[in-house]
Amino acid sequence: MKPYLAVLNARARVLLQYRTAAMAGVATQIFWGWIRVSVFTAFYASGSAAPPLSLADTVTYLWLTQALLVLLPMRVDGEVQAMVRDGTVAYELVRPADLYWYWFTRQLAARSVPTMLRASTLVLPAMLLFDMGLPAGLAAAGWFLLGLAGALLLSSAFSTLMAITLLWTVSGEGIARLMALVGQFLSGSYIPVLLFPAWSQAALAALPFRGIMDTPFRLYLGNLSGMAAAGALLHQVLWTLALIAAGRALLSRGLSRLVVQGG
Amino acid sequence: MRDTLHLYGSYLAASLRSQLQYRASFLMMTAAVGATSFLEFATVWALFERFGRLADWSLPEAAVLYGLVNVAFALSEALARGFDDFPSMVRSGSFDRVLLRPRSTALQVAGSRIQLMRIGRLLQALLVLAWGAHALQIRWTLEQVGIACLAIGGGVALFSGLLVLQATFSFWSTESLEVFNIATYGGVETTQYPLSVYRRELRTFFTWFVPLATVTYFPTLAILNRSDPLGSTRAFQTWCPLLGWLFLAICLQIWEIGVRHYRSTGS
Repeated sequence: MKPYLAVLNARARVLLQYRTAAMAGVATQIFWGWIRVSVFTAFYASGSAAPPLSLADTVTYLWLTQALLVLLPMRVDGEVQAMVRDGTVAYELVRPADLYWYWFTRQLAARSVPTMLRASTLVLPAMLLFDMGLPAGLAAAGWFLLGLAGALLLSSAFSTLMAITLLWTVSGEGIARLMALVGQFLSGSYIPVLLFPAWSQAALAALPFRGIMDTPFRLYLGNLSGMAAAGALLHQVLWTLALIAAGRALLSRGLSRLVVQGG
Repeated sequence: MRDTLHLYGSYLAASLRSQLQYRASFLMMTAAVGATSFLEFATVWALFERFGRLADWSLPEAAVLYGLVNVAFALSEALARGFDDFPSMVRSGSFDRVLLRPRSTALQVAGSRIQLMRIGRLLQALLVLAWGAHALQIRWTLEQVGIACLAIGGGVALFSGLLVLQATFSFWSTESLEVFNIATYGGVETTQYPLSVYRRELRTFFTWFVPLATVTYFPTLAILNRSDPLGSTRAFQTWCPLLGWLFLAICLQIWEIGVRHYRSTGS
């Protein structure tokens, strides 16, 4: 356990260096959030049938998306990509640690630290100026924290899997990029999952992506509670385990056929 | 002028040849770019599916607006993306070489990297535009074709101007500023919905400061033959895309100031 904690610590320090960039990013995201809230408000004003999520909840949901956007597995790990390309990935193999967990820890740091930086700066202005709501209650806040932890693990497992596919595609932009895109779309970061057409709801509920954004957000809104909340957390855990298993299997296949060219 | 166009043509041909060397990779990237913009439109579609209308706009009408914005953005991204890499040119000092050549600096930077994979977004946008026009049964009269061409031309000029402006700042700061994405990507995101849904400050910003609405929302009204709840006249809607060229001209002037201010890193 200790080496992984050390990796986590080291990566966190590296990522904390980019505080100014995070601040600039927050300004961009507030603008983005403002646009999206305007568009959704206009849609709510013109729609006839009552949508399954109230406008106030949707506004809070949209701001949560902005606050936790970097939790999404957005892009492939640039350092892993470079390592595969120039062969230094060989060094990774001689480290006295399990490669899968080593990379998983990297992703865990890459997902959690920037998210904390951005969320902590964005939430206050969003609440004071742009109608973002508080959690539905104390219980909802508790569920939300659990769901957030689950989302973090799920997202890390997903991006570790993305990093592993780099062993096959050197340019790294193909499969991994497509995976990231689909993940973003289906997780609810474009549109709250509940607002997708009714016929797609069952499929979206089964797929892993909602666990990254939609689940914690609905817990926050009190839209899921009691047994439903426990079920959503179970969904996150099961998919995390499945993605970890898939990642480990893929990694061992990848390593068995890995050829490092000397130099 | 002819000489300039000829030179840009050579840049284009060289880029084309070099990018087609890795054909599989080129096709994959083009597909990925196309998929990104496809999902963007899927978002618009899903919202209309859920709510039916946006103010008094239907999905096909929104599709025409979306198509115009994205055709212009895709073209300018393909043609002027060299400015996007400009900060690294300043950092590495390779801008010195550009200065030595007896041609305009803006042209050389624009031509330094022409991204053909943006064709993925272009095709998708054209498809959406064609579908919207078909569903609305727009009869393309000469006047409407003219307005569409003016709008797209003005849009290419305006988005290119934004890329130039963004690059110009790297004469003063070597960091590329994410804030600028508000104007480019944020602008695309904003203007693919009707301007009338936004608050007053936002409308003013995108009409008079970064005049994106003049190359998107207003000409679309003229093409769709709609009246404007904001009260603009048909003549304004037809001719306002020319503001895009004015914006580009101003940005190129600022660029020249930046070039004069340039000090090489010496490396």
